Amino acid sequence: MRIVVDPEKCTGCEACLSSCPYDAIVMKGDKAFINEYCQFCRACLEVCPEGAIKEREEEAPVGGPGGFRGVWVFAEQRGGRVADVAFELLGAGRRLADARGVELSAVLFGGGSEEARRLIHWGADRVYHAESPVFEHFNDEPYVALLERLVSEYRPEIVLAGATPMGRSFFPRVAARLGTGLTADCTSLEIDPDTGNLLQIRPAFGGNIMATILCPRHRPQMATVRPRVMKKGVPDEEREGEVIEVKADGITSRTSVIETIKEVSEARVNLQEADVIVAGGRGLGGPEGFRMLEELAKVLGGAVGASRAAVDEGWMPYSHQVGQTGQTVCPRLYIACGISGAVQHLVGMQSSDIIVAINKNPEAPIFDVANYGIVGDVHEVVPALIKRIKEVKGI
Amino acid sequence: MKIIVCIKQVPDTAEVRINPETNTLVRDGVPSIINPYDLHALEAGLRLKEQVGGTVTALTMGPPQAEEALREAISMGADDAVLLTDRAFAGADTLATAYALSRAARKVGFDLILCGKQAIDGDTAQVGPEMAELLGIPHIAYVKGLVGFSVEGVRVQRLMEDGYDIVESPLPVLLTVVKELNEPRLPSLKGKMRARKAEIRRLTREDIGAEEERVGLKGSPTQVRRIFAPETRKERKMLTGTAEEQVTRLVEELKSLKCI
Repeated sequence: MRIVVDPEKCTGCEACLSSCPYDAIVMKGDKAFINEYCQFCRACLEVCPEGAIKEREEEAPVGGPGGFRGVWVFAEQRGGRVADVAFELLGAGRRLADARGVELSAVLFGGGSEEARRLIHWGADRVYHAESPVFEHFNDEPYVALLERLVSEYRPEIVLAGATPMGRSFFPRVAARLGTGLTADCTSLEIDPDTGNLLQIRPAFGGNIMATILCPRHRPQMATVRPRVMKKGVPDEEREGEVIEVKADGITSRTSVIETIKEVSEARVNLQEADVIVAGGRGLGGPEGFRMLEELAKVLGGAVGASRAAVDEGWMPYSHQVGQTGQTVCPRLYIACGISGAVQHLVGMQSSDIIVAINKNPEAPIFDVANYGIVGDVHEVVPALIKRIKEVKGI
Repeated sequence: MKIIVCIKQVPDTAEVRINPETNTLVRDGVPSIINPYDLHALEAGLRLKEQVGGTVTALTMGPPQAEEALREAISMGADDAVLLTDRAFAGADTLATAYALSRAARKVGFDLILCGKQAIDGDTAQVGPEMAELLGIPHIAYVKGLVGFSVEGVRVQRLMEDGYDIVESPLPVLLTVVKELNEPRLPSLKGKMRARKAEIRRLTREDIGAEEERVGLKGSPTQVRRIFAPETRKERKMLTGTAEEQVTRLVEELKSLKCI
């Protein structure tokens, strides 16, 4: 996609100049011109009174480069255990592989053969597994070297990894070494039915906008996927597949991990694993509001989250923060109490199955993502809700 | 010690909104700032220079007005600044950006490259590691602490999902840093005066010997197909009545969905 000015229609009124966040529109003679700093944000499109600014689709290549086949998922392991995000990727990867009519493979470095078999139970047709002392700790270079070697040999068309600190660190190097594109932190992946290309959807500008990214001329198409957004499949222990042991000969690392320190707060774990999250924002009015939410969470068997506003006020510790700068959560039920719903909060919770919003402002953006909305005072609604749930549950 | 700090001029995204009707960014009067993570990278560079000596060069790729960001870096204490600017860099994705920056870094020379972990407009966190790959040097991402430094190498704390690792690397190395690393200083008055007068070195594609096919839109494997507002839920039900009535209705709904 490109944004262009139709010189026939442009009257040189300069109305578009100040609309551009990147100062990418300049006057060339008496016509507006969009220069190389355009980021395709489309802010200028509506501003032009003459309709002279337009999007121009690049011609889509047909079929894409040949000879690449199959969907791959990189399964990360920490301390010998495959991370949850790998199972989510297998869920997403299975869907993509079926849409393309190809096989789904997983790649596992370290972790042992039991974990390799588990990837088959979760949907992989084949697992490329390497055991080597270089994979005992995470260093970028051995991961890059072996994955690049495998991709170059087996030529998959799509390669995915989790957008975790590990995936986001080494995957860009793999892409750069292969000279292909990489899309970061995707929240949705689809196959374009016309071209077979991977449509990679991701938030940008702190979640204020969403973008669909394509990698039409290069293979493999690579993406990292935000954890806890994709749905896992259902494991089947009877499922059969092939584990291919690969060698990591001659692979070294210039960096070395001296020590690994575990530092996970209880609140963080609770939020990640909770089926129900009751979260509060500025509308709670103070730390005592959160005592009320703790009680609601207790009767629902859930955990307590907080918006950035509430954390900034010092009402809850940072470990409870949900959103762009906190945690991304995906519970079965999310109850937002007195949270207005800044986009930065929404990106951290909007993939929850059911969202309930309680807010006194009917215009609050939180209602845009809610399944159920209650316009009212949290100090009235939440106690009533606690009482009602206790009655229903007979406690 | 030659230190390069890569910075990016970005719109202050905290103030950027999308108009859901037109699907366009609303950005009236939103200021351009140095990407906040890059300020921590710059601070780390300045502190190292103060400890072991050397120079700090701020490097950016961007439009001519990105010079502003470089002047700000100088006002904080950077010795000099390089602006990589050329029409040929049009529409670069992370790979094409990393390629151009890596060529510029080669030209400038370095022992250490520091970057913010990601820019707040794109949020990709890819340019740093891709740059290291193209330079053929190791990198460590998500650095939250610098615990050791010598001519042989660095020892850092690297943030991971379940805690952090202590990681060592020889020089030259590229580090991407997170906010926990330090508290960036404010520009000094003297620095501001120096920044005003400083000459910003400009480099074009030819100056850095970059291949035409590998920069800008041409050199970008990824393309933006479409930009749109985050979706809203269509099946939303607004409950009505007194607080008790609404709550009763909600609990019934949640029960039928087996949420309770």
